[in-house]
Parts: sequence; structure tokens; C-alpha cells
Amino acid sequence: MPDPTPNRRGHLKVYLGYAAGVGKTYQMLADAQDLAHSGGDVVIGYFESHGRADTILKAAGLEVIPRRQVEYRGAVFEEMDVDAILRREPQVCLVDELAHTNVPGSGREKRWEDALALLERGIDVFTTVNIQHVESLNDQVWNLTGVRVRETVPDWVIKEAAEVVMVDATPQALINRLLRGAVYAPEKARRALENFFKESTLVTLREMALRETAHEVEVRHVTPAIYDGEPDGSAASVSKRAPAAAERILVYLTADASTPLLIRRARRVADYLEAECFAVFVCREGELDRTPLERRAEIERHLNFARNLHIETRTLEGPDVATTLVEFARLQRITQIFAARPRYGRRRWFLARDLIHRIVRAASDTEVVIVADRGDAPAESKPR
Amino acid sequence: MAEAPESHRERLKIFLGYASGVGKSFRMFDEARRRKERGQDVVVGSIQPRRSPEIDDLLGHLEVIPPQIVEGVPVVDVEAILRRRPRLCVFDGLAYDNPPASRHPYRWQDAQELVDRGITVLASLNLQYIEEEREKVEAITGKHVTETVPKAFLYGADEIVVVDVPPESIAGLVAGSGGSPGGAALRLSALRELALLVTADIVDRQLETYLEERGMDQLWGAHERILVCVTPRANAARMIASARRSADRFHGDLHAAYVEQPELSSHDREALEANLAAAREAGAKVVMLGGEDFVEAIVEYARSQHITQILIGHSLRQGWWDRLVGGPIDRLMRAAEGMDLRVFPH
Repeated sequence: MPDPTPNRRGHLKVYLGYAAGVGKTYQMLADAQDLAHSGGDVVIGYFESHGRADTILKAAGLEVIPRRQVEYRGAVFEEMDVDAILRREPQVCLVDELAHTNVPGSGREKRWEDALALLERGIDVFTTVNIQHVESLNDQVWNLTGVRVRETVPDWVIKEAAEVVMVDATPQALINRLLRGAVYAPEKARRALENFFKESTLVTLREMALRETAHEVEVRHVTPAIYDGEPDGSAASVSKRAPAAAERILVYLTADASTPLLIRRARRVADYLEAECFAVFVCREGELDRTPLERRAEIERHLNFARNLHIETRTLEGPDVATTLVEFARLQRITQIFAARPRYGRRRWFLARDLIHRIVRAASDTEVVIVADRGDAPAESKPR
Repeated sequence: MAEAPESHRERLKIFLGYASGVGKSFRMFDEARRRKERGQDVVVGSIQPRRSPEIDDLLGHLEVIPPQIVEGVPVVDVEAILRRRPRLCVFDGLAYDNPPASRHPYRWQDAQELVDRGITVLASLNLQYIEEEREKVEAITGKHVTETVPKAFLYGADEIVVVDVPPESIAGLVAGSGGSPGGAALRLSALRELALLVTADIVDRQLETYLEERGMDQLWGAHERILVCVTPRANAARMIASARRSADRFHGDLHAAYVEQPELSSHDREALEANLAAAREAGAKVVMLGGEDFVEAIVEYARSQHITQILIGHSLRQGWWDRLVGGPIDRLMRAAEGMDLRVFPH
């Protein structure tokens, strides 16, 4: 029997784009206007016009919850006022730029955490994200653009969305818009054309966004029960989808700087294969106590990063790293062990290589995935 | 005053939708109206018999070249458009077969002729009318269509836009015959996924052409490309199954490569043939590579194909020499920069 007062969680709707200026915010506002006209209770929690006239026009008439003033180091910043929105209790709240980092002292560190707080209280959230802000694509975007995007959204937040919509425009249309001054001020536009808005970069980002949206659409209709849909089963996926093989992925995490890349890649593969994902740090008995503090802090940071991406972590001690790791893998019925590629030419690469070798030999029936250090030097489209 | 040309290469722009009612025609006519306001010379070459009031509104701002009636069927009047010589011509709906007495058998060829003669064409198209996707779409909707447009025509477009909206927002939710409303939503969702992937493929091709024309290389694109190294001994069945699954889930490409070895026993030869057959069966693109050195041959091929993951089997019986100087896996690990190496036991 249905609960008479269901503690309903709000629905998240994500407008995904591949660059600034494709029209995400505009599309979100247009949908909000439609909703308001048909009697929906919609408010703007946060909206960034970037001074674009058509976007400002599209927001006209919608109720705006005033932003909160936050003082930080003598300057005043404006952030979304979550408490005021909660008091107002709208049906739907617009939260532009989900990847934004709040100024210190705002309560929550990230805007996506603010959005989750609204969802928890039963408020539906419409939000905008660009593909380069998706955490697991961070290295790929770096490799492509040479830009290390700092403001990211964990993949599981987007996974939580009831709906992901791709807002598309062609790169040529976008470049024209930029040249007409419709996206940025002239100086910023000129700089933008040199990196993010290079045509080959835009085309690649667009392809990423298309594939990402297709993937999000696919998981929602293949397992619709999770997303409110009617389980029907008549709609076969486009891919001749093999039954889930119950893959389980284990990340071998170290203090090395390549570890975040390894974790992101494993997270991404696990999401696509619908695999469980674990991460372990392994050392010899008593070794951790002898490890220098900053190295230990580095390891702790990596473990934390994995947990933030919803990966279960463990620290293991044993007489030998390779056998301890593989023993754990066997106990956990792991099917793929992910390890970073040794960095050749560095001090001790021979040891790293040897360790991988021993893992491969010990894991006599587990696949070992040696993940490339793709991000090492952003390989911008280099001449052949 | 006419504005400066927006682009030198723009000739054909396609608005792709995954079902009727997603709003691709509206978006196209809206763009046509905006371009006209910016001073471009725009005409409409074909309109749909059934239109929404919003589209009729937009058409009020545009010049429509009336169709020619051939054997009682409206056909795009290519002759009249060429005489009128606009900068840009709009085609709402491309998948129509023209009657036998017409200038071209298919409407997309009418559009092609205008493009070839220097007129920019904006055209709208539904996923179900792409010839190469027809079977997949029919498997989802149960509907059979007879008039289609070849994918090659889409590959010729300089721009393709996918009009993506969630199924709930479609005016008059209809997809396929019967079933529960939930079933219809799921079918639309499957069509939506397909439209996004078709667009991604077309975009991927455009990117390759763009990079090739400029002699540029970009190792890590948006697309997973998976390579299985096949040998007589490898536990190929397991690797191929795993690779197939990855390729499916990532909607990526699957390759299988074998590096020629001079003296194979007849037993190994048979095992190899069986493994290659299994790879073909799984839909892999199978290649035979020549070359003195296994690792070099694999890496060279992988680079040329922008491979992102290499799958290889390893044997536990490894000699002291390999352990000391590095066997094929060590060498691959070192040489296959920028690619994941997936090592399978056998």
C-alpha cells in the first residue's frame, strides 16, 4: 500500500552542453516558462546571464529568490540562498551551473551539494552542466584542451538525474555566435577561440556530450524501474546488450600523482560496465608507520577522492604487496584489477614494472588493466 | 545590408529528430527566420502537408516556392528555385520518393543538386528515415517505412544538429503500435539513444576528416576503440567476449589483429583460424599484420586506428630471459603509450 505522505525526493533534470554558449541556460529557462504558464510553481535559485540579452529576456517574469551575500577576505560574493529556497518551498527550482564552487563560508562547498539539499526536501531541480565538468572525463578534457578543469561534478550526481537532455548547437554556429559577441566580451572571445573554442576541440567535446547523453538515456530505459518509468521490457536497448557479467573492479591505489587519473578511468569503466568498484592501498606490514607524513597525506587524499566518487576503499597490509592485493581480489571475487602504467624513465620504474609483472602472474584468473598515463603532458592535436 | 558570409564551407545543415513532434521543423524554420532577419536571402523549398500553428506562424515570415505537381504529387520545384537563386533553401522533410516523371527519383537528390549548385540547404529528417538505421528503428517501433535517405547523404552534411527533448515533452506521444504508455516512453527513449549515437558517429567522421585535412592527430578522442591481439594460444573466447561487451557498453569499435608468424604447426594454424573466426563472429574488424616484431606491429596498427584499449593474453610459463629483459607484455606496456593494456590470463 502506498505511503499516504510519501517523503518524495525531488527530481533532477540536467541540461548538458559541450561548451559555453550552446544555449543550456536558455533552454532551461524556456522550459521553466512553459511550466510556469501551465501553472507550475517555479523559482530561480541561481541564474547566470553572462550579460546575454536573449537569456535575460527569457528569464523575465520568473520569480527569483534573492542571492545570499557572503563575505570572504574583505570582498562580498553572491551565492544561492538554499535556506530561503527551502522556506519558499517551490515545486521546481532552477540552479544554473551545477559545477560551481561556493565561496568559503557558504555552508556547502559545491553547488551540486546545494542542489542535493533541495532534492532531499522534495524540490525538483533543473540544472545546467557542461561536459568538461563531468569528473570522470577530467583527464580526457585536459588531454584535449590543455585546461585542467577544477570545478567538477561527480558522475553519480548526474546519474541521480531523472532526465538528462543534450542541448546541441553545431560548433560552427557556436563560433559564429562567439564572433558576433553573443557569448563573451571581445577580449575573452578572442582567447576562447584559441583554446576551448578551437573547432577540433569543440567537435570532440560535442561528440563526448552526445555519447554521454546517449549513455544516460540508455541506463534509464534499460533499468527504468530505478528511474520512475514503467518496467515494460519491450524496448530493447540499441546495443545488443549482453547480460551484465557481474564485473567487479579493484583499483590498486598508490601515492603516485597518476592515481586520480587511474581512479577516474576505473570509475568510468565501472559505470559503463555496471560494475562494482573498490579501491585499495596496499603496503607491507608496519610500512605505513615508516612512511613520510606527506606521502601518507597523499595516499589519504587519493582514498578520499575515491570515496567521493562512491568507490569503497580499504587499506591492506601483508607480507608482500602483489600477493596481498591478489588475495584480496580473490576474496572479493574481483574480475578486473586496475593499476597505473609505470612511468618509464623515472627513478624506480623498473620496480613498478616488476610489481605489475608479479600482479599479472599472481592474478592467475583475473584480468589486469594497466591504465595509460594519458594526461602526463597535454598532447594537443600535434602534427603527425 | 547583407551580412558577411557566416562560413565558407556551409552547404548542407541537417536537423535530426528521433520522432515526429520533437520540434526539429520548428527549430529549422526558426533559424531560417533569424537568418532572414540578419539579411540572408532565404526561401522554403518544401513544407509538410500537416503543420503546427507555430510553424505556420514562422512560414508567414518566409518566402515559399510552391511545389510542382507531378502526377498529382507535390515535388520540390528545383527549376524554379534555381531561377530564383536564393542564398539558402529550406527542406522540411527529405525522405520522399518523387514520381517517375520527376527531375530526380528522390527528394534528397533535389537537395543535393541545390547544394552542388552553391545554394545552402537546411533540411529536417527523422531518424527512422535513415536507410542504414531502418532495421534498428523497425525493431523498436514495429513500423515499416519505405521511403528513406542514405546515410552517405548525411555524411556529406557540414553540420548536423540533434534535436533532443525528453519523451514526455513530445507533442502527442506516439511511437509504434499499441502497448502501455510506459512502453511508448521506453520505445521513444530507445529511439532517442539511437539518434544521439548516429549523430555522434557523424560528428566523429567530421572530426576525422577535419584532422586529416589539416594533418593533425588527436590520440584521445571521445570514442572507445578496442583491439584484441589474437594468437593461436590465447584464450581468445574470453577476451573477445569481454572486448565485445566493452565495445557494446561504450558504443565503441572492435578490432582484432593477428601478427603473421612464419612457421605455425598445423595445430596452431587451426587454433588461430578458429580464434579469428570467433572475432569475426563477434563483429570485430579483423586484420592480419606483417612485420618482424609482434609488439611493433601491434603498436603501429593501434596508433593508426586511435585504439584506446589493447587486450592481450599472457602465459604464466615465462622464461627467465623474458623476466629479465621484458617479454611482449612489458614491451607493449612501455610502447603503447596513451592506451590501456588489458592483460588476460590463459
